Amino acid sequence: MTWQTGWHVATVVGARPLTDTARELTLAVPGFGGALPGQHVDVRLTAPDGYQATRAYSLATAGVDERVDLVVDEVPDGEVSPYLTHDARPGDQVEVRGPLGGYFVWHDDDPAPVLLVAGGSGVVPFLAMLRARRLSGRRAPFRLVCSVRGPAGAIGRDEIDSPDPGLDVRWVYTREVPPGWPTSPARITPDDLAAPGFGPAEGTDVFVCGPTRFVETAAELLTGLGHPSARVRTERFGGA
Amino acid sequence: MGVVTRGFGGRRPEPERQIPPGQFVTDDFPVLSAGPTPHVDEAHWELTVRAETGEGRTWTWDALMALPAEDVETDIHCVTHWTKLGTTWRGVSLDTLLADVETSAEFVMAHSYGGYTTNLPMQDLLDGQASVAFEFEGEPLEPVHGGPARLLVPHLYFWKSAKWLRGLELMDAEDLGFWEQNGYHAYGDPWLEQRYS
Amino acid sequence: MTSPDGPVLDGSALAGLLSEVYSFDATLAVVRCAHCGHTDVLARTTVHLSAMGGVVRCATCTAVLLVVVDRPDGARVSSPGAAWVQAPPRP
Repeated sequence: MTWQTGWHVATVVGARPLTDTARELTLAVPGFGGALPGQHVDVRLTAPDGYQATRAYSLATAGVDERVDLVVDEVPDGEVSPYLTHDARPGDQVEVRGPLGGYFVWHDDDPAPVLLVAGGSGVVPFLAMLRARRLSGRRAPFRLVCSVRGPAGAIGRDEIDSPDPGLDVRWVYTREVPPGWPTSPARITPDDLAAPGFGPAEGTDVFVCGPTRFVETAAELLTGLGHPSARVRTERFGGA
Repeated sequence: MGVVTRGFGGRRPEPERQIPPGQFVTDDFPVLSAGPTPHVDEAHWELTVRAETGEGRTWTWDALMALPAEDVETDIHCVTHWTKLGTTWRGVSLDTLLADVETSAEFVMAHSYGGYTTNLPMQDLLDGQASVAFEFEGEPLEPVHGGPARLLVPHLYFWKSAKWLRGLELMDAEDLGFWEQNGYHAYGDPWLEQRYS
Repeated sequence: MTSPDGPVLDGSALAGLLSEVYSFDATLAVVRCAHCGHTDVLARTTVHLSAMGGVVRCATCTAVLLVVVDRPDGARVSSPGAAWVQAPPRP
């Protein structure tokens, strides 16, 4: 992994809406390289009056030098995310620091089954892992449990639902279910997390990402299912 | 300053009066937290003032409420560059609280539920400069903003206005509180931009 | 601004700021709590992050291990409660 410190100038080259509140931003970042799936960057914005704000965002795609793909989900009354989801446009400049965080990473030479548990926009680092897995041709069994409020807010839904050998997907809808869905909306349960081939006995690597409360709930359920805490990696994030 | 992000921060309110250097005006109430939010209910709440002699006085919530309180309107200045204009509070002046406390201490350590500390000179707590605030904008002070009661010392950077106040330790010698030990200024005058040590 | 109630985060939240101080990936550095002896990678500590700085607490006993402040003259790590911090093994 290339070790980078310091801020790089980043230029917005692409902006693609994903849901009503989320947007994928592509930044051109000379000097940036070596990101592993699961890593994040810090993004710093500087206002014309000098005021600065910094936020962390997971990379949606790893391994592409000089390019950073982020997904930003708007936080109501946030300071930074409304700008990035509504105002930022090609040509605008921010600064980026990273890639960061070698702990919350999936290594594609690891054959162990992988259980990914996402709350809302916590799915973004897992998109990077899914993309890396597809690209590498590796067939480590993957199971993605994705908890969202409703189908409209599901980031990366088309990509996640497209057939991918060895990838199981489980959607958890907490407020609104798609037409014809067999169950009512409900929060995540042990049944969502338990699956043959993805238990503690198989040495499953578990990653959980999302808002703090979701991650803590899911982590507790996973412990209850017998996953050793050393094999459960969490990335709790705040808002804005 | 290098990169400027077009269009970011464009909707900032203009200050109606002079604000300290390096500050920006906000309509929000920034929340800065070094740890989890303590939740203390009034039935168990206590405020202890301990003088340098070791003598202590403790107020329960009822005892605090029995003291004369005052309304305070003030600007508050966060070391993180945010200034909020015209905030309104209700609380008991430190002059009232300390009226019967025998002390010649020059320094104070404010202690919070949850373990946070911050230090101040005694003279910055007196002469109408500080209060124990229990209402904000006409409502009981919420835990996220330091309730049930916090120290309010608005002429200094707002980290000095210790949230979840539980005690004031009066000292002969200066000692540093949490943020002051970890890189922030011992005094914290916003007009002199005393942010860091 | 942090959301109300100062959300608890993982050590990874400080990866960027710590990259200004340490030349290694801080999330993989191992920290020993001076209070209770709990020893684990920094990624598994609990972090409270605000614009004032980051406070790193022991996941087991909540003692403050490290405080990270982004000063204009350079990021500073204070270690009120870390017995030691050890760099991850060299690649």
